[in-house]
Amino acid sequence: MSTPSAALPIAPARSRRPSRLSAGRIGVYAFLLSAAAFFLLPLYVMLVTSVKPMDEIRLGNLFAPPAHWTIQPWIAAWSEACTGLECRGIQVGFWNSVKIVLPSTAISIFFGALNGYALSFWRARGANLLFGVLMIGAFVPYQVVMFPLVRAWAEIGIFSSLPGIVLIHTIFGMPVMTLLFRNYYASVPGELFKAARIDGGGFFRIFFQLMLPMATPIIIVAVIMQVTAIWNDFILGLVFAGRENLPMTVQLNNVINTTTGERLYNVNMAATVLTSLVPLAIYLISGRWFVRGIAAGAVKG
Amino acid sequence: MPAVPAHRPSAEVGIHQLEIRLGGVAIIAGMDLQVQAGEFLVLLGPSGCGKSTLLHSIAGLLDVHQGRIEIGGRDVTWADPKDRSIGMVFQSYALYPTMTVERNMSFGLRVNGVPKAEIEKRVARAAEILHLQELLSRKPSQLSGGQRQRVAIGRALVRDVGVFLFDEPLSNLDAKLRAELRRELKQLHRNLGTTMVYVTHDQVEAMTLATRIAVMNKGRIQQIGAPGEIYNRPANVFVAGFLGSPSMNFVEGTLQVSGDAVSFRRAGLAVDVSGYAFAQVPRQGQPALLGARPEDIALHLDQAAAGDGRAAVALVEPMGAQTIVWMDLQGQQLSALLSGHAEPAAGQEVAFRIASDKVSLFDVATQERL
Repeated sequence: MSTPSAALPIAPARSRRPSRLSAGRIGVYAFLLSAAAFFLLPLYVMLVTSVKPMDEIRLGNLFAPPAHWTIQPWIAAWSEACTGLECRGIQVGFWNSVKIVLPSTAISIFFGALNGYALSFWRARGANLLFGVLMIGAFVPYQVVMFPLVRAWAEIGIFSSLPGIVLIHTIFGMPVMTLLFRNYYASVPGELFKAARIDGGGFFRIFFQLMLPMATPIIIVAVIMQVTAIWNDFILGLVFAGRENLPMTVQLNNVINTTTGERLYNVNMAATVLTSLVPLAIYLISGRWFVRGIAAGAVKG
Repeated sequence: MPAVPAHRPSAEVGIHQLEIRLGGVAIIAGMDLQVQAGEFLVLLGPSGCGKSTLLHSIAGLLDVHQGRIEIGGRDVTWADPKDRSIGMVFQSYALYPTMTVERNMSFGLRVNGVPKAEIEKRVARAAEILHLQELLSRKPSQLSGGQRQRVAIGRALVRDVGVFLFDEPLSNLDAKLRAELRRELKQLHRNLGTTMVYVTHDQVEAMTLATRIAVMNKGRIQQIGAPGEIYNRPANVFVAGFLGSPSMNFVEGTLQVSGDAVSFRRAGLAVDVSGYAFAQVPRQGQPALLGARPEDIALHLDQAAAGDGRAAVALVEPMGAQTIVWMDLQGQQLSALLSGHAEPAAGQEVAFRIASDKVSLFDVATQERL
């Protein structure tokens, strides 16, 4: 080794860890904290209000913590709140939403995966055109096709029914689901598919036994996207589900708009939090999976 | 490895006037090729020469534009891959990532509804041949590269087919594993006697494995024959230059004919090629390309020694058992492969002699063997 020249700055024997709190860092934290407070404040107000009795709410101290805790508004929201003349609570909407979300998610993911698989590996004539049309479909606003769809659904007799709303969600989920799976399968080596073809696998055999199990990470992503989107949907549920199957979001709106005498803020707040619980839980539980699924582009065999 | 009798007789492969187009461009045109039953045919060529395309069309993974493909005497030009009695091994192994080794190997059998007992028997047999018994319950991600490729070979093996197709199966492995698996493949072929068609760009694999080598370039078979024949009597300059490492020396010059004696001459070099088996009688003064393999050039370090010519040593590459000596013959680079330890020094002038019975002569214009 040559001797270090004196002109070069000599590194200290032990480099010190840079000090943790510089001015820039304080600024960043200040910004992050205020941003967090900004977004969490409404949630705080909702939660606090939902556990206060009405007497306390009337005082108008929006941010004050409850003096007397009560769980009564939550029970009322779940099983007693009125929508119009019916007073069975938001639970009716909850179960309706479950009945809509489960089949819609399953069916749209199944067909999205099937489309993505077929477009990636079988390269049928006109596959690119079909994919292009599907992508255009993703950008068409609901409102444009709403009325024709209502007429068509009425014509085939599934308007205002559970199958009707499930079919609507499946159709509107198709472009994004197809894109998701097509891109995932594009990263799968083509030789894998060829090997399966030589082994004698047909279209559905390769799909069910090879490609679908391989796509687990992306299926999780798709479940998260579809459950959240369909659960949060309002306009499609309002128009297509029919009175018997109104989803939770529509029911929540009805609960809040139905006033018999005094406006029950605590019940409304509890109902709102209840409605948002499912997407919230999905994000909290599966956030890790979501990132992992998105990142799992390259599969090594 | 235990000797295992093949259940199904190995099949021959016939290719007749084959034309394959990809994106409107003819990759292969007017190709004829006959692979004998039980033969190990290696398709050798640089990347993009159409060797993989040819293999994939035999497998039925690519549509044929024109011509006919026969396997075992049956026209399979439009048959589904699974109906061709072929097993294929890919460069990327292409193992099913969600299945265990056992399920990977039995997938094809399960698809075809083979009875369970028979499946177990065949998987056990393949596992034994390829030493995979302990790995049967593992997933592909838990295997090393060599093990993965063994499983891929096993997957082709259990299907009991007439022809095995290999698409650069060893290219993803490191040098040591490659040599190991290469030997195992050769042993496997000896034991099974099944027809094998093997694509590679590696000349060592081709030389060691093949019964016959088909050297391909630009969608055409340049020469087909036993490894020794391809190496010693290359049909044209491309084949001569593609095989061998370091590659063959090419020297441009003219042929001098006087009576029965023929010699190759250029500035600083004269080689007597009277014993050369000319395809046609050489003309006096005919321009020619002399090809000499590095191992066929002998050096004499002694200053006064006579030879076919003298050249200055430019560079010496010792490789242990052998030494490559790069020389400069009046602007023309020559390489010689020496065994032993007599190493000349760079800058030294040496006499060299070319083994005239081993040289190849090519036509300068057509690049074909004279």
